[in-house]
Amino acid sequence: MKYWKKFPFLVNLTLVMILTHPLTASAAENVGTDGATHPWWFWPLILFVFCFALGIIAVLAGVGGGVLYVPLVSGFFPFHIDFVRGAGLMVALAGALAAGPGLLRRNLASLRLALPVALIASACSIVGAMLGLYLSRLNPDIVQVCLGTTILGIAILLLFSKNTEKPIVTKQDALGLALGINGAYLDEGTGEEVSWKTHRTPLGLAMFILVGMLAGMFGLGAGWANLPVLNLVMGVPLKVSVATSKFLLSITDTSAAWIYMNKGCVIPLIAIPSILGLMFGSFVGVRLLSIAKPKFIRYMVIVVLFFAGLKAIDKGLGLGILG
Amino acid sequence: MHDEIPKNLKPMPEQIAYANVLFIGAWTGIVLMIITYLIYIGGILPPHVDVALITQNWDKGVDEFLKITHSPHGWGWLGLLSRGDFINFLGVVLLAVLTIICYLLLIAGYRKRRDWAYFVIAILEVAVLSLAASGILGSGGH
Repeated sequence: MKYWKKFPFLVNLTLVMILTHPLTASAAENVGTDGATHPWWFWPLILFVFCFALGIIAVLAGVGGGVLYVPLVSGFFPFHIDFVRGAGLMVALAGALAAGPGLLRRNLASLRLALPVALIASACSIVGAMLGLYLSRLNPDIVQVCLGTTILGIAILLLFSKNTEKPIVTKQDALGLALGINGAYLDEGTGEEVSWKTHRTPLGLAMFILVGMLAGMFGLGAGWANLPVLNLVMGVPLKVSVATSKFLLSITDTSAAWIYMNKGCVIPLIAIPSILGLMFGSFVGVRLLSIAKPKFIRYMVIVVLFFAGLKAIDKGLGLGILG
Repeated sequence: MHDEIPKNLKPMPEQIAYANVLFIGAWTGIVLMIITYLIYIGGILPPHVDVALITQNWDKGVDEFLKITHSPHGWGWLGLLSRGDFINFLGVVLLAVLTIICYLLLIAGYRKRRDWAYFVIAILEVAVLSLAASGILGSGGH
């Protein structure tokens, strides 16, 4: 580990190469197309290693595992999009559940903020999941094209959104006031007590209708959307937004995961190595946070998301330009 | 260093209980997944669907896959717990029911402090999650 500290660039480069190197992708793809030439265990092993790398990169880039998992696995592995979405939701759910206790104990995840938002998002994620499964039954290519477009939108969002550490909220709206959506947390860096309250609460809650639907439809998790809505629209401090967003996933993804699970979209052979790989990878990612350059990784992930989005559109339209 | 956390910064007791249940449940689920997956791939229990049949058909849509592999949907996995593949659902389902269990703690807490708005919100959430879990909405169609 101490040798890695001397070469942070190497750490960054290695991690990004695992994810972006064409050989990695084509190896995964080849295994899928000629699976008969490999023993059956080769598949879960490749998936575990791939997800392990994804877990590291997701933490360093500050994005959820689901948002990388679904486009990349559906793009480079031969699984049907139904099973990728089912596993993707379980991946996002497991990560959120494991992170939840710490966020709640430190009072960073706010229940007063999370509960109304979660109710809307989780109800809408059921609708999204059912719609996604319906579209997939109609024609899976429609889902691929919609997924690709959404992924491109997420990449643009990650590229341009500038979160605010402590947004200024001068006056709380009536709904936020009525529900008492406010709180305080201890900034461990400065030791100061930070009080917060929301504004534009009705608009923020309305936006979670769309967030929930997208989360359910594509099995993406929804941290990428939760954060800007909580922070930029509703004026919640960044630390509380990040923590509440992660906690929210444990509720939103539960409802969508049940729909996919009851439908039969969770295959243990795919889902378990994915969940465990991403979890173990995220533990390593947290340790590497101090030596890697998250900004560099973040930009690389945005490039990968652009590629994954275009690949999904390419696959959905049957163009075959990206292989 | 702060010797004592100010009262307004302290989470309510039910939030701590929520965190504790989540912690125990999530890690039990993850350990359970590791154990059951080892049972599955180690061939300790025979699978309901042969692994080769899965790898040959996982590129097909879910309806076709279930038909070919004679796999159940909804809560049908409960009847196949003696099989290596379906025993894996124990861990998966534990993760999926955790939030419902934790919300029950919140309902009790909000009722106790007469916070009726959040009491109703928590009840509605349990209803939404239970509806999703019931299989009424998503398990048909093939």
